[in-house]
Amino acid sequence: MPVPMIEAADVVKSFTVRTRSGGPRRTRTSVRAVDGVSFTVEPGEFVGYLGPNGAGKSTTIKMLTGILTASAGTLRVCGLDPSRRRTSLARRIGVVFGQRTTLWWDLPLRDSLALVRRLYRVEAAAHRARLAELTALLELEPFLDTPVRQLSLGQRMRGDLAAALLHDPELLVLDEPTIGLDVVSKATVRDFLARVNAERGTTVLLTTHDLGDIERLCRRVMIIDRGRLAYDGGLDALRRTVDADRLLVVELARPGPPVIVDGIEAERVEGPRQWLRLPRAVNAAAVIAALARDHEVRDIALREAGIDEVLAGLYRGDHAYWRSGRPVAP
Amino acid sequence: MYGVLAWAWIRAAAQYPVSMVLLALATALVTGLDVAAILLLFAHAPRIAGFTAPEVLFLYGTSALAFGISDIVLGTTERLGYHVRQGTLDTMLVRPVSPLVQIATEEFSPRRFGKLVPAVLVLAYALTRVDVAWTAGRAAMVPVMVAAGTAIFGGLWVLTGAVQFVLVDSHGASKSVTYGGGFLTQYPMTMFARDFVRGVTFVVPLAFVNWQPALYVLDRPDPLGLPEAARFASPAVAALVCGAGALAWRAGLRHYRSTGS
Repeated sequence: MPVPMIEAADVVKSFTVRTRSGGPRRTRTSVRAVDGVSFTVEPGEFVGYLGPNGAGKSTTIKMLTGILTASAGTLRVCGLDPSRRRTSLARRIGVVFGQRTTLWWDLPLRDSLALVRRLYRVEAAAHRARLAELTALLELEPFLDTPVRQLSLGQRMRGDLAAALLHDPELLVLDEPTIGLDVVSKATVRDFLARVNAERGTTVLLTTHDLGDIERLCRRVMIIDRGRLAYDGGLDALRRTVDADRLLVVELARPGPPVIVDGIEAERVEGPRQWLRLPRAVNAAAVIAALARDHEVRDIALREAGIDEVLAGLYRGDHAYWRSGRPVAP
Repeated sequence: MYGVLAWAWIRAAAQYPVSMVLLALATALVTGLDVAAILLLFAHAPRIAGFTAPEVLFLYGTSALAFGISDIVLGTTERLGYHVRQGTLDTMLVRPVSPLVQIATEEFSPRRFGKLVPAVLVLAYALTRVDVAWTAGRAAMVPVMVAAGTAIFGGLWVLTGAVQFVLVDSHGASKSVTYGGGFLTQYPMTMFARDFVRGVTFVVPLAFVNWQPALYVLDRPDPLGLPEAARFASPAVAALVCGAGALAWRAGLRHYRSTGS
């Protein structure tokens, strides 16, 4: 039985927040950024960690990497307590923050990577082989001798990925790795991550707001909201679990007020075009028939909710199970 | 590891050769003026508070040298608050190297050694001129007092750095709500508090940096009448200050990691 890569049991992180309440006095309140999260990640998994801003994603990542100490609960990463064994753990995991670089701003990328080798005490021969491999995979060659400050965001992110993987970590933790990247750079980063996971068996945990990342990469999805795990399971199961609305787009003969069919009012009107949101329980055929009877319809289209709409629904708290706050089993 | 990182920063600084040369020249100029000012002062006042010019220069030289070395090695730890606010401390914490070493080596530049020039010149001048009956003990005391003084200043650098873990926290708490919105407005308060703390902490053990051992070297009675043992207490004080610095740093880091930023 292999040791799980990450084991979290009832992990809590509370912050004391002081707010000014008029005058010099401050009131202290305790805010639970992460409120009893439990999950296990096995070696070789590729997990997407999602949630709206401020839900507790980054706080969880910081606890996993040992930057923050959990207030309660137990946490094991690579079998180590991240907070007590931060330095040992640092040698075994790779961390990439999309919003800030870990490279040295004024050094050429090549020198930055050489410095990473010294910090992680990687043997010179192993380093050369690994660097050659990463250089080829991430296409670093053209800008290896460029100072990091002159790199484009996409190049810099590729450099950061190389730096995080030079010591061949068992676990790669990525906090919004594709943020701000153009389509081509995103594709390069995604292909690379998929290969690292498939070929080296590196476990990957990534947070993102980019739905392309999720659909392309994540076999498993965890969603956190207000500090609690709201979903943990496969992407397909997520689509099925959520009462995904369908969107009916009708083009009428002429512009008019929002139509109402079976008590459903068009939520968006643009000239002759109107959008109706149909909950799962509603019979779409009946709605279309009623529309055609009461209005002169030019064209009609029915769309399944994409993963973006599924997530938007979750984040808005539209769905009954979500409001109940009950975590969804895989 | 310190050397590895320091060398990397030196190479980074070399990326801007013009800037490096200009800054080195500026440092040389300022330090030159520093020495000139001291020489000018003693040209007009041969004795100060009962001490001859070479004796005072001896005190100045040992203190400046100890402070200079500690500043070179650990001076940038005072930027800790900045790294906490910017969140760059987090990237240091995921590396397998002490964040103290990472901050201390930051922007390490050979220019820093320029600060030692006046100290070394003054000390060398004072040692040749000072009227002392040199014994083996007195001669040995000079490098010992410089080493102990360096350690005392170094411990204080770390101590003042560690204080910023706590001082910044009162802001950090509000930052967790506003994400740093009104953050800069509170900056001067931190500055004030830091200077205040620095003033107090630097003054207290300062007597042991050079004053007490210098009394022994110069064979002078202590005007305050402290026991003879105080002349030799500098290494012990240095160990205490460094121990306090190390404890404060660890406590500060633990505090940061339990409160977040």
